This record gives sequence, structure tokens and C-alpha cells, in this order.
Amino acid sequence: MLRLLALLVLILPTFAVAQSEEIVLGLSREEVAITATFDGSDVLIFGAIKRDAPAPEGGALEVIITLAGPSEQVTVRRKDRVLGIWANTDAVEIDAAPSFYAVASSGPLSQVLTAVEDLRHHVSIPQVIRSVGAPDTVDNAGSFTDALIRIRAGAGQYQMLEGDVLVEEETLFKTEITLPASLTEGDYVARIFITRNGEVVDSYETTIAVFKAGLERWLFETSRNQPLFYGLMSLAIAIAAGWLASAAFRIFQR
Amino acid sequence: MQIYLPIAEVSVNAFLLLGLGGIVGILSGMFGVGGGFLMTPLLFFIGIPPAVAVATEANQIVASSFSGVLAHLRRKTVDLKMGTVLLIGGLCGAALGVVLFNYLKSLGQVDLLVRLCYVVFLGVVGGLMFFESLRAIRRARSAPGAPPQRRKHGLVHALPFKMKFRVSGLYISVIPPLLVGLTVGVLAAIMGVGGGFIMVPAMIYLLGMPTKVVIGTSLFQIIFVTGFTTLLHATTNFTVDVVLAVLLLVGGVIGAQIGTRIGVKMKAEQLRILLAMMVLAVCGKLALDLLLTPSELYSLGAAGGH
Repeated sequence: MLRLLALLVLILPTFAVAQSEEIVLGLSREEVAITATFDGSDVLIFGAIKRDAPAPEGGALEVIITLAGPSEQVTVRRKDRVLGIWANTDAVEIDAAPSFYAVASSGPLSQVLTAVEDLRHHVSIPQVIRSVGAPDTVDNAGSFTDALIRIRAGAGQYQMLEGDVLVEEETLFKTEITLPASLTEGDYVARIFITRNGEVVDSYETTIAVFKAGLERWLFETSRNQPLFYGLMSLAIAIAAGWLASAAFRIFQR
Repeated sequence: MQIYLPIAEVSVNAFLLLGLGGIVGILSGMFGVGGGFLMTPLLFFIGIPPAVAVATEANQIVASSFSGVLAHLRRKTVDLKMGTVLLIGGLCGAALGVVLFNYLKSLGQVDLLVRLCYVVFLGVVGGLMFFESLRAIRRARSAPGAPPQRRKHGLVHALPFKMKFRVSGLYISVIPPLLVGLTVGVLAAIMGVGGGFIMVPAMIYLLGMPTKVVIGTSLFQIIFVTGFTTLLHATTNFTVDVVLAVLLLVGGVIGAQIGTRIGVKMKAEQLRILLAMMVLAVCGKLALDLLLTPSELYSLGAAGGH
């Protein structure tokens, strides 16, 4: 970790001609292993801002940190009353929505980032959800995206952490993001933006690998690669457990 | 203690699962039902994805039924011959049911259909059993010592291919048990349950089997039908979560042993009226969910699925 940081510090000056302020980043962990007792995880994202010249005059320096899980297609369905019964009637396919998304910022997001910059860099939660458009038959299609955000935010999968990034002396910054227990495997992309007057000055991107480990990994892969063996194994375990319990109770009764 | 389930991809409390397994196991042993019709909705409720809940539940039912059937075999309350006949029908029905399920899935709205199936069947079965057992209890109270040993000679006895079922004390055609097995098999595959709650009343009221034999025989049959369903789910949908299954079945098999012992001590009519009340309660809950305005009108699903 330290070596990586040192390496970054060594390399960075050569590229830092055009920009006056640049990000140097550290992560508390570069991978998250999901084991049987996995119960969520905290990721500490910290770093420093490196400059050649004194900090420019004008607006204060703000930092925004986002962490996004792998994107996937999602179907959002809406219930309606049909003959007195609540049934799914309309459905909208959302083309890509991250399975996890957190935005942490050093102040209220609307103040540290202009709407135009948000559109350009896809920072806020509505901006990371890509929906090409609902079929014409569905009215009020925007409410489906709102519902997706509402449901996922309720489950801790989408987090707005305004004011959670700590910035010291306009140079050091850090934040902690809590990953929920229900986590999808894949590469989680962490992005850091530094802004002044709502304009992005520099950005940096890195990934955190989230994967199943140990028994969890073996079971998952067996169920996909050798489904018949996996199914028979499940049955064998079930029958053995049934027999064991029966035998154990007979001993107790004597 | 939180446990991460590899296939369901959620983290749940291990003791909650053990407890759920135990309670459903007790009911399973008492009534000879797999308990799937209770456990599957409970698993939905604690946040297990429905596809995983249905498939894993089938695997868990294998364990609790096997444990239960061993206890019944020792008491000689399993009609193996009748069980085999029912099983042949059941396996054909399960295969047919899977085909039907996939067809309905392609039409969409399979969720609603499954729920409606639950409400209708639980309502009808529960209602019939409740009133019949109530009558039986009243009859037993008004005329003590006069067992109502009426043998009806209806259509069931007029059919060909008669067979002797010694344990059940029956001499009937194999066609009605085959049909009962087939129907239950189809429903089991569509509703994702063992089908005991339909099988038990069908055996009592349609085939006229004695209640004590019915439970063991039903369990015997359920093992094979749910085992078959587990394999189908594991190989086609990859949705059997063995960690979830193990947690449920550890609770389940212990519960089933306790349940079987409670069941033996109780009178047949009492057993039936309790089962009827439970079936009606689940039916009422599901019906309310369909009728009342839900708190969240929107739901998320994996793309392409229905």
C-alpha cells in the first residue's frame, strides 16, 4: 500500500504540467472478500491534493467521492387494481442501474457541483441510472426510476452521504463508505472529484474488487459448473440430515 | 450471527433461519405436510429472492419429510404400496407442472397466478377440512362409544384395476390414487410446495384412508416429488442455496421429530381441525395481500424475468 502511494507520488509530477491541482489516493482495502460470515464492510477512502503552485484564489476546494457496484438491467413493475385485486400491470426496463452506489461529498451536493458538471460526469444517483425510455403505453415513466432509487435507498444500496467527506487544510481528505451485507460480486469503481465553484478541477478513478471467497466461492461455482452434482449433493445432505435427526432422537428416547 | 448465502446473495441471521426451520418442522411432523406452503412465504418475507426460496424450500422439505417418514416407518404407519402408486402419478404431474409453469411464465403474470392458486386451494381445502372435523368432533361428543364406521360405495369402488392396500385396509382401483398423485404433482410444481396440504385431505376424503396412515404415506410420497423438483431447479435455474437449506433443515429435522411425537398423542379430529385452521390463516393472509392497497406499489426484478 505504502509502496503504491510512493510510486504514485513519484510518477504524478511528470503528468502534472497542465493541471495545478491533482489527486493522490489511498484505499483502506483494494478488495473485499465475501466469506460465510460476511456482514457488510467499511471502506476507507483517503487521499491528498498535490499542487505545484499555491492554492488558487476563489471558491473553497470541495471533494466528492462516489463508489459504484456493477451495473445490471432491472425491471421495475407497478401494481394496479384489476377487478379488486392488486396485480402487476406496467413494467419498465431500466437499461443499467448500479447494484450499489454511494455519493459522499464535503458539502451539499447541489452546492459543490453544478448541474452541468453533474450531467457531464454522472455523479448524483439519478445520473448514474441509464434508462433509454419506457414504452409509450406506460404513463408517468419517470416514477419508475424514482421507485428504483427509493427502494434501493431503503435497503442501503443507494446512499447519499452529503457532508461525509472530511477535508483538512484544502489538502487532505477522507471518507468511510459502508458496504451492505447483500453485495453483488464484481469490480466496484471509486471516483474522486475535486471541485471549485462547482466546477470539476480533477478526477481520479480506481477499482475495488468484491468477490466470494472460500466455501462460498466453491459452492457458487459448483452450482453453476456442475449443477447435477450440486443438486445431488444438496439432496444427499438433506437425506443425511433427516436420518441423523431421526437416529439421534431414537437414542434420546431410550 | 449473520450468515452470507452464496446463491441468494444476501446476508441473514442464522438463528432466525434455525428457528423458522424448527417451527415449520414441528408442523410438518404433526400434520404430514411438507410445510412448504408456510415456509416459502416466510422466506419471501425475510428477503430471500422468490426463485431461490422456492427451489431451496423443495430441498429442505426432502430432509424434514425423510426424518418424519423414518419415525412413521417404525410405527408402521406408512402404506408403501399406496405411496408408490401416488408417487408414479406425482412424478408425471411434477414434470407436467414444470412445462405448464414455463408456458405461463412466457405469458407473464405467473406471480399473480401462483398467489391466486394458493388462495383458492388453501381456502377450499382448509374450509372443507374445518367443517368436516367440526362435525366429527360434535358427533363424537354426542354419541360416545359409537364409532362412525361408514363405508361409502361410490364411483371410487366401481372402477377397474383394483388393488389391495393392506396397511390402509382398502381394496380400490389404482386410478383414483394415480389421479390424486398427478393433480398434486402439477400443483406442487406450479406452487413450489410439496403438496401435502392437498394430498392429506385428498387421501382422507377421496380415497377414504385412515388418518394415521395418511400422514406417513404423504411424507413418503413428498420426499420423492420434492427431490425431483430440487434436481430440476438445481440443473435449470441454479437457484438451490445449499447453505440456506442446511440452516433450515437442521431446525426442520429436529422440529419434525418433535412434531411426529406430538401428532401421535393427539386425536385425529383435533389434528385435522388444527391443520384446517392453519391452512385458513395462511389463505387469509395471502388474500389480504391481494386485496389491500400495498405500501409500495413498485417492485424490482431481474431483467427479463416475470
